[in-house]
Amino acid sequence: MFIKELSKISGVSGDESRVRNYIKEKLSAWGIEYYTDSIGNLYAPCKGSGSEGRETDLMLSAHMDEVGLLVASIEKSGHLRFYTVGGVDRQALVSKPVTIGSNEVKGVIGAKAVHLQKEEERKKELKTENLYIDIGAGSKEEAEKSVKVGDYAAFLVEPSGEELITGKAMDNRAGCAALLEILRRDLPYSFTAVFTVQEEVGCRGGTVASYRLNPRAALVVETTGSFDTPEVEEKEYSTCLGKGPALTLMDGSVITHPRVLERLISVAEELGVPYQFRRYTGSFTEAGVTSFSREGVLSGVVSTPCRYIHSSTSMLRRSDWEHLVELLGGFIRSVHEKGVAD
Amino acid sequence: MKELLTRLCGAFGPAGAEGPVRDMIKEETAPYSDEQAVDNLGNLVITRSGSGDKTILVAAHMDEIGLMVTYIDENGFLRFTNVGGVFTKLLTGKRVVFQNGAVGVIGQEKLKDSGELDLSKLYIDIGAASRDEARKKVNIGDMAVFYSPLGMSGENRVTAKALDNRTGCAVLVEALKKMPSEPAHRIHFVFTVQEEVGLRGARPASYHLKPDYGLGVDVTRVGDTPEPEYKLDVSLGKGPAVKIKDTSIICHPRVTSLMIQTAENNKIPYQLEVLERGGTDAGAIHLSREGIPSGVLSIPCRYIHTPAEMVDLEDLDNAVLFLLRLLEEKWE
Amino acid sequence: MFEIGTFLKEITETDGVSGFEGRVASRIEEAFSPLVDEKRVDNLGNLIFLKKGESKASSPPARVLFCAHMDEIGFLITKLEDEGFLRFTSLGGFDVRTLPGQEVTVYGTRPVKGIIGGKPPHLRRERDKKQGLKTENLFIDTGLSKEEVKEVIQVGSAVAIHRSYLPLLQNSAAGKALDDRAGVAVLLQCANELESVRHEADVYLVATVQEEVGVRGAVVATYGISPDVGVAVDVCHGDFPGALEHEVSKLNKGPAIVAGPNIHPGIGERLVRVAREYQLPYQHELSPGPTGTDARAMQVSLEGIPTGLVSVPLRYMHTSVELVSINDIRTAGRLLAYFARGINRSFVEELTCL
Repeated sequence: MFIKELSKISGVSGDESRVRNYIKEKLSAWGIEYYTDSIGNLYAPCKGSGSEGRETDLMLSAHMDEVGLLVASIEKSGHLRFYTVGGVDRQALVSKPVTIGSNEVKGVIGAKAVHLQKEEERKKELKTENLYIDIGAGSKEEAEKSVKVGDYAAFLVEPSGEELITGKAMDNRAGCAALLEILRRDLPYSFTAVFTVQEEVGCRGGTVASYRLNPRAALVVETTGSFDTPEVEEKEYSTCLGKGPALTLMDGSVITHPRVLERLISVAEELGVPYQFRRYTGSFTEAGVTSFSREGVLSGVVSTPCRYIHSSTSMLRRSDWEHLVELLGGFIRSVHEKGVAD
Repeated sequence: MKELLTRLCGAFGPAGAEGPVRDMIKEETAPYSDEQAVDNLGNLVITRSGSGDKTILVAAHMDEIGLMVTYIDENGFLRFTNVGGVFTKLLTGKRVVFQNGAVGVIGQEKLKDSGELDLSKLYIDIGAASRDEARKKVNIGDMAVFYSPLGMSGENRVTAKALDNRTGCAVLVEALKKMPSEPAHRIHFVFTVQEEVGLRGARPASYHLKPDYGLGVDVTRVGDTPEPEYKLDVSLGKGPAVKIKDTSIICHPRVTSLMIQTAENNKIPYQLEVLERGGTDAGAIHLSREGIPSGVLSIPCRYIHTPAEMVDLEDLDNAVLFLLRLLEEKWE
Repeated sequence: MFEIGTFLKEITETDGVSGFEGRVASRIEEAFSPLVDEKRVDNLGNLIFLKKGESKASSPPARVLFCAHMDEIGFLITKLEDEGFLRFTSLGGFDVRTLPGQEVTVYGTRPVKGIIGGKPPHLRRERDKKQGLKTENLFIDTGLSKEEVKEVIQVGSAVAIHRSYLPLLQNSAAGKALDDRAGVAVLLQCANELESVRHEADVYLVATVQEEVGVRGAVVATYGISPDVGVAVDVCHGDFPGALEHEVSKLNKGPAIVAGPNIHPGIGERLVRVAREYQLPYQHELSPGPTGTDARAMQVSLEGIPTGLVSVPLRYMHTSVELVSINDIRTAGRLLAYFARGINRSFVEELTCL
């Protein structure tokens, strides 16, 4: 269970090397071979114990990147202006600690103190241009000793909990952890686990990975928002924590192939694994690019439900994740037994 | 044509669940196909081998817009999301039908003001008194389409749901039936899936078939109604349109000029179309591989994406003729 | 010797809106032809030139793709009004407020000059002002009668902005379509430099089509060439009073070398190293996501192409008076040529992310 370790690592879209290195170390330690490509995806082909099939026939992918910030400029005062990378929950930015660049310089996201804000200012949503990162430097020169324009910054949050796990970047380190777990198991059918880059800025890694592998079927392992909280009516919940992994029916990028969906349901039911449907049908996943790669690939998405996604701290339930891993294993076994096409 | 169109429009086929439409087309065209194949995503490819060395892909999408059930409440009401471009404002009071024939009506919660209307305020009532009763007929993930069979309006015009783009399908089917036994080129008639959710089916089909040219057949908007949304110079009943541009494609000049020439030579009435918003399969086709020069034969259609779209049957007949003549051209 | 200003004048005064690049393409072809080993036009109209490398190794040479888009934003006729006025829609993104009074050329069966007109200020009501100007309220007036118009112009006729090239102080110049004909000039400068710079790699210089309507030309050009390395050349926002520091680059301080997720660090860093080594002025530009340039398409083509982006600073983007520094164009061309010099198989192999 590597969720918490993975959660701690900074890996904003375009800057995933630390996450990639962590996964590579694990794979090397277990004697699992891997390769990489130029955009930064990490591929771990896994030979099934019971099949002659090619590893590229079945692709399981999870993205390594997280939403975050990019240092845009340094003010004379030493404050850092930033861009957001990916769909950061902007209302969650202010007054959060961050870690910047390869030297892991620490800072906090500041805004004008509430005391100094006028009545009407307080009512407005804080925009990125009203915010800055403060690393404690007194001047531009001082700041430039530690950080530079172009450095990525990630939220700085210590993960915690055993059953209910909180931390940053659960989307999608939970998915990476699930793939790692699957790679350690003895499974009968060959597959390639792909740890992809740049999902949060438009599924860029997944696009080239699915073209490269040209698989017959693909399963995207994700983390999805739950919205099962106050201020949301039950009819608008997407998923519920504790009710098992979520199956995607449709999102903004894909309508799950019925054969993949039916298979996932039957596997879950045979294994007695609880599952739920992701009821929110917006936003995109890598299944949107794998499905329509080359001549078309049968694709599906399974996710760990998660609260406060794309904010500084998110929350998921360990049991959902464990059931997700069971479901993945069961899916691979069923592909071995029945193929995926029928 | 009317009979075929009635059946095609009556078939169930929202994006992602086009099976019934596909089956109907397969059966209808079997005697006229050299080869029928269904690809990974569900596109139906019907091939006619020809004498020439060119391969032309002709695409019409089978799917229609629809709704998908996302939640069933304890009293048996269904909450739903849209599949493709559905106008939220037009939904209240409309009837919808599921693949198994279950019919429901769309109801609306009380609104504080009209600006508050979004899909979360609407529900489908299928006449079930409880969640359990509803589940006997409908499950989460099931899709529904408008319940709106084809009817005649005036002498030549018909209204129905899904004329976008069963019209195009009907044109392809009729052309297939009337084609000479050995056409001038190798033609792939592709009935695509998932156009309404982003031209998704056409891309892999085009990648797979590697055509020399692409041609989409789809409906387009018109500007001939009172205060139309766009100042589009296309009217119902004045013949099929040669598309110049929409949001997804600037049609290849070589293809559009061949189309215009063909219409002129054969005295087929035609119009020219610049559509400011909207896309079609050709948008995906022309960007596949090293680029496929592509054009679009459009059929004027009013009230697109409502339960009662309207086309003129004469435009359809002309479109069939246009397509047949076009496919006989040299395509150099 | 090749004069950037002369070439820019020629290609910015030649029209080529997205999807209708033929006219400008032939001018570009004339200029490149004497300098390249091979040329071809692909299915969508991308102009592809090849300068072969002197590969010593037995393995096939590395392939480098440099591209800049030759299309410009423009209009298409949507409707002929009864009085002969023409309604139009835009190809690419315009600031509508810059359009009234603009001279244009309508490409019917022959080119026809026209003016974009709208409601005169005297008759604009408070309500009109509140709504702001919309393309649908503007029209093109060619002065021709409806009958004459119908003979020459039809729905779908392309329309280009008319603007003469205007040299300004400090070796700068203004004109239309400098986005991204300035980039095409960078490619020509590069081709000239490569005459005297030995390079192992095959260098493909491509003038792409349809960038302004969604980087379409680059999608198919990259697929067709299947390069090992790609660098797009486009324009970025030049400085102006009141701009935030990170939003703009300065004119006449050299091209901007872009960094961010869209850019392979190995390409971006190599460009910076080359600039330093040859003492070429350069600036940094950051993009936090996929850029709005050909680099966006290039990076995710095929199995992924290590991609770079070099930008020429330009003021007043998407207007008829775009303004650039010729010096920046020359520097960018040199930068690409010296960059190409160092590309070989082993460099390409090192681009795999370890």
